[in-house]
Amino acid sequence: MTAITTTAPATPELSPRVSPLDGVRQSLTLAWRTIVQVRHNPWELGDFSFQPIMFVLLFTFVFGGAIAGDWQDYLQFMLPGMITMNMLFVTMYVAQGLNLDLTKGVFDRLRSLPIARWAPLAGRIAADQVKQAWSIVLVLGVGLILGFRIGTDLAQLLGAVLLLLVFALAFSWVSVLVGVVARDPERVQIFGFTALFPVTFVSNVFVPAESMPGWLQAFVNINPVSILSDACRALMLGDKTVGTPWHVASAGPPVLQSLLWAAVIVAIFAPLSVWAFKRKI
Amino acid sequence: MDHAIWAEGLVKHFGETKALDGVDLAVRTGTVLGLLGPNGAGKTTTVRVLATLLRPDAGRATVNGFDVVSDAHRVRQLIGLTGQYASVDETLTGTENLLLIGRLLGMPRAQARQRAKELLAQFELTEAASRATKTYSGGMRRRLDLAASLVGQPPLLYLDEPTTGLDPRARVELWELIRRLVAGGTTVLLTTQYLDEADVLADEIMVIDHGRVIAAGTPDELKAKTGSQTLAVRPADDSQLPLVASVVGELACATPDVKGHLVTAQVTDPRVLPAVVRRLDDAGVVVTELALRTSSLNEVFLTLTGHPAGEPGGERDEQTDRPRAGERHTERSPA
Repeated sequence: MTAITTTAPATPELSPRVSPLDGVRQSLTLAWRTIVQVRHNPWELGDFSFQPIMFVLLFTFVFGGAIAGDWQDYLQFMLPGMITMNMLFVTMYVAQGLNLDLTKGVFDRLRSLPIARWAPLAGRIAADQVKQAWSIVLVLGVGLILGFRIGTDLAQLLGAVLLLLVFALAFSWVSVLVGVVARDPERVQIFGFTALFPVTFVSNVFVPAESMPGWLQAFVNINPVSILSDACRALMLGDKTVGTPWHVASAGPPVLQSLLWAAVIVAIFAPLSVWAFKRKI
Repeated sequence: MDHAIWAEGLVKHFGETKALDGVDLAVRTGTVLGLLGPNGAGKTTTVRVLATLLRPDAGRATVNGFDVVSDAHRVRQLIGLTGQYASVDETLTGTENLLLIGRLLGMPRAQARQRAKELLAQFELTEAASRATKTYSGGMRRRLDLAASLVGQPPLLYLDEPTTGLDPRARVELWELIRRLVAGGTTVLLTTQYLDEADVLADEIMVIDHGRVIAAGTPDELKAKTGSQTLAVRPADDSQLPLVASVVGELACATPDVKGHLVTAQVTDPRVLPAVVRRLDDAGVVVTELALRTSSLNEVFLTLTGHPAGEPGGERDEQTDRPRAGERHTERSPA
């Protein structure tokens, strides 16, 4: 160990606060960190790649024929919903990463640095959007290989992806709350299974709502997962589904309702998460 | 004298637990203050308040004259934090961890890379630079932790139990590193459970217990006050225990502690040991153990507070509100 050149005891010029621009830059640096983590641990990429692929294959070939009479028809119906469902599961990575940072002490180090208070959170969510985009492309790609056919144009397809990302961003607040409240990363996963599975399954992702008992339909029809799935169906399939029980007449209403849901989720969970966060640290 | 850190009447509650109960503290610029105390005494809470991570319920603190609450951002530009909880990212490599911090501090990419390289070389981590931190040994991790807190060349360094859990060799290596930093002019606030660590590194020591400072002074002053060393005598014949206790008590000018077959007493004067040997020899007492050793934190506590510090590790975690088992009411062992 050679001489350590560490200190500049003279007080440097200190800025009184972080500029928003610096905050954005710091968030991007922290997002870079999350992406590097994936590069080091490609299995994490596998985590959110294998499961959706497996689900697509399982539902298409095992249940597809029984539900829709023909697995090809079923793939057309199910894939947009599957992409929606998978998006919700991927938001749990925000929760897990955040929880890991909090329990392992990384967050304390970050908070002792002169960076924007919101940068660690924003960085994590930004990185999560990259993972989201990846998993959307992945599920869509697998679907296309299996025979999923887009009935609209590229603009509407991109609109669907954008809508999914906007919703994911809103839903990140739920996962922030889970990440802050959970005692350890395992509990985050338990939440993912016990809360997200029912919410995503009791929807029209896998079967049309009409096949369910009336009382359940009531829930399914207001479930944002159903609404968002419908929006994606309309934007991806368009008129291709005319005559099927899952035809969505117009993309307008489900898209607007999805955005409304996103706003409601932010309105409820953003203040709640910030409150829990401040209480924890 | 110029104070880098100054705190007055810091109070912090965690639910029912009073983690800080009016801590006053001052660290002169360019010196090392050792905050000594058992687990759960309030050391980490104090550091967290001074590092702007925790808002005190009462009292105020300044770092280089800037308030840790109202001027937190300025304070953060002055401090480096390292220790048991402010950790590096296990999944990143050593280089990436330092690069991340350099970039967060606003360094251009090339400069951050250069700084990371420099620090890794200084801390003998160059070979492990591109390995994930989770593969590091305990000593390597602490060195990287320390390096991470030095990226921005802060004039103030908080070291929270920097050597807890390290093997003796890694511990001495880390001490050496800290000494060099101090020689370079860095002001250091160090917390530790080990008297020898505070003795080696600190210019001034503050002993903290139950969120309150119970003693303060230079290591020499404190040692003079508490007895720096402990004399232990074990007679071969148990029936001679009272005799040994009275001899030790008389010569050490302290109340001896008899536990099992062992008599112990705090001593400040090195001449006590030969004197005890002579007297016991004259009295025909055969001993199976006779030793002079550095006082443990427990013994210092016993002298200062009249109650033992409690077994390290078996107590309340400062982060949670779980109560420490029987700590406040522990009776002094029968003498």
